[in-house]
Amino acid sequence: MGFVYKTEEFNKVLEVLEGNYRIFAPVLKVGEGRFRDTDVIRYDYISRIEDAELEERSDFSFKEILIPLSETMFYFTENEIKEADYDARPVIVLMRSCDIHAVKRLDQMYTGNGPNNDWFYERLRDRVKFALIGCGKACPNSFCVDMGSNKTDEYAFSIDVVDGKVYCDVKDDELFAAFEGAGGSKDNVEPRFVTEAEFKVTRPEEVPIELFKDPMWDEYTKRCVNCGRCNFVCPTCTCFTIQDVFYTDNGRVGERRRVNASCMVDGYTDVAGGLVMRKTNGERMRFKVLHKVYDFRKRFGYDMCVGCGRCDTVCPEYISFANCINKLNARVKEVTENV
Amino acid sequence: MNKTTTDTNLKKLKKNAYRVSKVRGETASRVRCPGGEIDVDSLQRVVDIARKYGKGMVNITNRQGFEIPGIDLKDVEEVNKALQLIIENRNINQEEYNGGYPASGTRNVVACPGKQLCPFANYDTKKFAQEIDKAIFPNDHHVKIAFTGCSNDCAHTRLNDFGIIGMSEPQYNKDRCISCEQCVKYCKKRSVGALKVVNGKIERDVNKCVGCALCVNYCPTRAWTRSKEEYYRVVLLGRTGKKNPRMAEDFMRWADHDTVKKVICNVYAYLDEYLDREAVESKEHIGYIVDRTGFEEFLKYIMKDVTPNPKCEIQGRIYWGGKRYDQNNELRNSMWRFSEREDAVVLKQGE
Repeated sequence: MGFVYKTEEFNKVLEVLEGNYRIFAPVLKVGEGRFRDTDVIRYDYISRIEDAELEERSDFSFKEILIPLSETMFYFTENEIKEADYDARPVIVLMRSCDIHAVKRLDQMYTGNGPNNDWFYERLRDRVKFALIGCGKACPNSFCVDMGSNKTDEYAFSIDVVDGKVYCDVKDDELFAAFEGAGGSKDNVEPRFVTEAEFKVTRPEEVPIELFKDPMWDEYTKRCVNCGRCNFVCPTCTCFTIQDVFYTDNGRVGERRRVNASCMVDGYTDVAGGLVMRKTNGERMRFKVLHKVYDFRKRFGYDMCVGCGRCDTVCPEYISFANCINKLNARVKEVTENV
Repeated sequence: MNKTTTDTNLKKLKKNAYRVSKVRGETASRVRCPGGEIDVDSLQRVVDIARKYGKGMVNITNRQGFEIPGIDLKDVEEVNKALQLIIENRNINQEEYNGGYPASGTRNVVACPGKQLCPFANYDTKKFAQEIDKAIFPNDHHVKIAFTGCSNDCAHTRLNDFGIIGMSEPQYNKDRCISCEQCVKYCKKRSVGALKVVNGKIERDVNKCVGCALCVNYCPTRAWTRSKEEYYRVVLLGRTGKKNPRMAEDFMRWADHDTVKKVICNVYAYLDEYLDREAVESKEHIGYIVDRTGFEEFLKYIMKDVTPNPKCEIQGRIYWGGKRYDQNNELRNSMWRFSEREDAVVLKQGE
């Protein structure tokens, strides 16, 4: 069932929803970009639809609600531990189609990858509903169409703001009352999806083992500065590392945290004894790219990357992930045809 | 070879921003571009003047202007008319329409590219430079002012009477910090090493931090952001020259825009009062005047009616370094003259 609202009417919907949910949406943070007077779009809580940035793709993804950048898991004293408190209020997250596809990847890694589900992930995940932000245009550097993430019907409701009107398609019965009571006219509403992204990519079906040490990765050893931005903005990167912190005054009391980790940043492959498994940035790039468009597929049957294009946009060295996939494909062809 | 030269008032010519050439009968027009910024129409006009009245060559000056050499003294009036477009486009204070540039005892206000272009800049250097230019020009007093976006000091503000260095106060959101330690690494390698990791989060030594905001540039998660406020370090009375070249010394840090502007504008009353009237061409570096009057008296003048912002820290007394050539012209270790070293011959041969 669809509704068309004026902005003020839709804010009434949000007001009612806020009785039970917090609304987590992309927000333009003025002046918080890398450089003086540059902005960043990242997720935060909103009360009014005007506070959400719905035109441009967010620089950082929604994933911070499910896997916070830094999260205290529990506190410990000599003989006891206590799980850290968390905000248990349910959340509605506004996100684009590509990101809704990314949720499936996060679920796969945290709740569908081995015998034990991730308890901390699950307790957050169970309280989250997803609302779709329609896409009026292709995002810069996106290749969602070729990754098959440009469309979805897995949303609680959709939002398309066009010419000052808010178009909603509501699927979730639990939320229906909030939408019905706010005025607005009933209509058939279809969320907007893009059918042509900025870039076209072709993924290799199979990657022969020779590619592991292929010179194509050397370029990235020279270009990449291993800052890890591509990982931190990626909606499907799930890696974390653990910090055990002992409060300095005491030394026997402390907390365990987990923080996002990046396979590009130093330290990721350090192991006991001082061994570093992937030293060069080219090796790290190879690991990341193949995991996103090949290795994950080998294990789960579909690719990890959703083609949102954030990693291309954020890279300070202008390395294009999309272009790397195409280079990989071309190189695979070369190598297999020459055998 | 000798040209017939007309009766020319050179004093007046210099006050009209022309340089007296060593070639008799010729002069050079000095085109001042506040903040080192020029639009393409003005630049084209510089080219046109150099082609028509000069020798088809233009000098780029040390203080971000242009100098068009080889102009015949009899063409000065025509050149002044041609300069009008530049003067208007560059928003230069002018005394007489079509009269060319007014004199600049006060030198062109220099600026690095600033935040319009440079990833490291903490404020709009050009805009601030042009604002100051509007406030102080034209003026006969010999004052050098430069604006630079960060502590890299690409504008060499430390060789100026007033050097304005941009600062941002880094804001830390610990919830976004994953302790990748890139801020720590870059602060140590490219700045002063004011950051360290304590229990998985970053501690900033607020006294050591110079406000360059490198940590903000290199933070991959937006845990570090710049303060909304733009701050400035003010350095004073650096100079080059024969007698006692020296670097400018710190006067203020974390000063705000209004404080900086007032302090700069206040210097002219001090110069009106204490300039040596016997000085050659009525020109003296401010620093030598301060040497005579004492820093306290200088401070009294430049801080007149200034209410510094609460965060601003001010140095009460300043001591400058640099070599005093009027006292000692010896090489610092003259007993180790290169020519007297035993291995000098070998070194000269490059072996």
